[in-house]
Amino acid sequence: MSRASLFVPLGVFIVILTLGYVGFDLGARSELPSALLNKPFPEFNARLLGEQDQSITRDDLLGQPTLVNVWATWCPTCLSEHEQLMQIAATTDVQIVGVNYKDRPDKALQWLAQFGNPYRWVLDDRDGLLGIEMGVYGAPETFLLDAQGQVVYKRVGDINPRIWRSELAPRLLELGVSIAPGESQP
Amino acid sequence: MIPELGNFALVLASVLAMGGASLGLYAPREPVLQNGVMSMVFGQWAFSFLAFVALVYAFVVDDFSVSYVANHSNSLLPWYYKVSAVWGGHEGSFLLWILIMGTWMLAFCLRSDQYPERFTTRALGVLSLLNLGFICFALFTSNPFLRLIPLSPADGADLNPLLQDFGLIVHPPLLYAGYVGLAIPFAMAVAALLEGRVDATWARWSRTWTNMAWALLTCGIALGSWWAYYELGWGGWWFWDPVENASFMPWLAATALVHSLSVTENRGTFKSWTLLLAITAFSFSLLGAFIVRSGVLTSVHSFAVDPERGMYILIFLALVVGGSLSLYAVRAGQNTAKVGYEILSREFFMLVNNIIMVVALAVVLWGTLAPIGYEALTGGRISIGTPFFNAFFVPLGLLLLGALALVPVLNWKRTRVQIFTSVYQALGVSGLLGGLVWFALDPATLLVAGAIALSAWVVLTHARHLWFRLRKGSVPAAYIGMTLAHVGFAMGTTGIAVTATQSVESDVRMSPQGSITLAGQQVTFVGVTDVLGPNYAAQQGIFIVNDGDRRYELRPEKRQYFAGGNTMTEAGISAGFLADTYISLGEPLDGEAWAVRAHYKPLVRWVWLGALLMAFGGILAVFDKRYARQRRRQLVRQGEVTVS
Repeated sequence: MSRASLFVPLGVFIVILTLGYVGFDLGARSELPSALLNKPFPEFNARLLGEQDQSITRDDLLGQPTLVNVWATWCPTCLSEHEQLMQIAATTDVQIVGVNYKDRPDKALQWLAQFGNPYRWVLDDRDGLLGIEMGVYGAPETFLLDAQGQVVYKRVGDINPRIWRSELAPRLLELGVSIAPGESQP
Repeated sequence: MIPELGNFALVLASVLAMGGASLGLYAPREPVLQNGVMSMVFGQWAFSFLAFVALVYAFVVDDFSVSYVANHSNSLLPWYYKVSAVWGGHEGSFLLWILIMGTWMLAFCLRSDQYPERFTTRALGVLSLLNLGFICFALFTSNPFLRLIPLSPADGADLNPLLQDFGLIVHPPLLYAGYVGLAIPFAMAVAALLEGRVDATWARWSRTWTNMAWALLTCGIALGSWWAYYELGWGGWWFWDPVENASFMPWLAATALVHSLSVTENRGTFKSWTLLLAITAFSFSLLGAFIVRSGVLTSVHSFAVDPERGMYILIFLALVVGGSLSLYAVRAGQNTAKVGYEILSREFFMLVNNIIMVVALAVVLWGTLAPIGYEALTGGRISIGTPFFNAFFVPLGLLLLGALALVPVLNWKRTRVQIFTSVYQALGVSGLLGGLVWFALDPATLLVAGAIALSAWVVLTHARHLWFRLRKGSVPAAYIGMTLAHVGFAMGTTGIAVTATQSVESDVRMSPQGSITLAGQQVTFVGVTDVLGPNYAAQQGIFIVNDGDRRYELRPEKRQYFAGGNTMTEAGISAGFLADTYISLGEPLDGEAWAVRAHYKPLVRWVWLGALLMAFGGILAVFDKRYARQRRRQLVRQGEVTVS
């Protein structure tokens, strides 16, 4: 074995470390600039999950602030943020609408039955067309719309207690959503 | 008051770790100073223990003014879950990590009379330095003792119901014992590099610790997989989730290390390679901690994301791994030894094992980190799933089984071909068995039949040679351990191959008194009743399963937890050695009907039993007389004991 080859592990490690650093950096700036930010949420007409004869449109979301949450059963991160969504549904009066993105409806219904349903409606977007309109990168993503249907905030990645406290709760309060006492404080 | 004492104990432990690290790495020759290092290690353990007890106390007495307790416990929790809730979140589980680190260091001290004093001192210095990093991480970024004053809640937010389970009480301690245990071979490798002394004796010292840590890690991973199987309600037992991969990578490296150490001990070769594996195995433990706790990759297991923690671990990782690999690059070259061996030799097959393990490690590493690289380059996100891993692990597993079957007859250096007759006979028998399986299988899968045939071959050659040696006289515990571990591997592989391909899954709608047929068994749905647990209310489905000669009941539950409002599924499982019947309740449908998920999983238990057998083999090898005797021999050589 030549002396130089002993340095190979160190080199490999430096590559991995750089990757870890880059990934870490990416995770830190999760509020990606969205083309939709401060623009109206796109018009849509989508069927409801599990009730194929019913559909809703953009107009149904207007009149009150709405959180639009993109999720799927194939996405483990969605499961980890689910508890936080349940908490938001229980302690605030914001309307939460789910977009079930590129998923199988039977699995999605089972998931909701198993882990609870925080959504007022869940839109069935099994082919991902609504997702394209919304400029979805992946699941989970969450959009905050004001009562006029303008996108005021977008989060790529999960809603965790830290994001809730520092980014979401203040914006909800600004929009006039009532939050149970103690829920918006750290 | 008690939590503040716990915090103070942790601060004292960090001071002792700093002292132990600086004095230990200075490596004094004076016995007084060497004993000083030992005392400081003992102190680190004692104060970590006190801190841990303080946190347990805060949980048991429901002190919700402590933020961590308020977020992870609830007054309604049964006492045993209050205790296990201590490691139900990031901060507390890291305190457990520190306590386990202290315990390993203490164990190393207690056995150190068999090692030279300066070597021990250096290794303890390395361990103290690592421990210092861990304790500072807890104190500065993840302090479990922080108070919520004056806004203390009246009751806690409850422990995640997924974690309220026996599996979770024991899974993290075992897993951490494995992760942290790899710090000992790491410290011994660094100490050996510092001393410039890597030889067969060093390998023998390292082997007991490596085997022990490896066995605990194996148990921990198997338990985690078992827990996911019955608690997540999906019927799966391995998801190639980043966190699972994070535990699998150090395991692969440690498996390679166990084998490479054997070559270094018996033949004095593979030295640089062994050192590298010892460093690698522990580095992957740390990398796993980074992945799980930094939020760089998200998964079901992830702890709350905090950039500060991620950055701390990344810097710590850079210092520890970068430092040790630099030391390796500068010093390991002194240890080359030329020892010849032929292809039909134990050395060569150990090399085969090592290559397969390292390739597997690279595959898992790639599958775990590629999404990050992809995102960095293109800004898009991808997820790498089961098909990618299967594409590599199926051929690697079969190759490994094939190589394993020859192991019992191989000698060091070279093996005469005539010895292989018994291996051919065993191959004939197992080939026949594989053929029969292939014929009987529906759907017929050549790969499954192949896996069964190769596993049978491994079991036959190992059993035959164990029997052969037992008849000739006493067999060393290490040899029995090796046999058990290899048979366990064959058993686990068979379980994986069969359950992955032959399971019957039916997701159906069932009304009361309705019944379905599941793999030849009649499953009847009686109805749903309401039951009340300590901190939840549940709807319990009653199913009667009739498989012809046996009738039994299964009662899966759908639980509504009071505190968090979470709904959880508790599957009803009839566990059998040959097959599991698994029923979980889906959602209520119209009328009295329910969506029901019924699975029939043949040989799924073999996956975990195989892993346990491997772990048991590893532990058995630790208690081989060879390692117990060495202490006396060592002391005799040093002239401290006179031979009577």
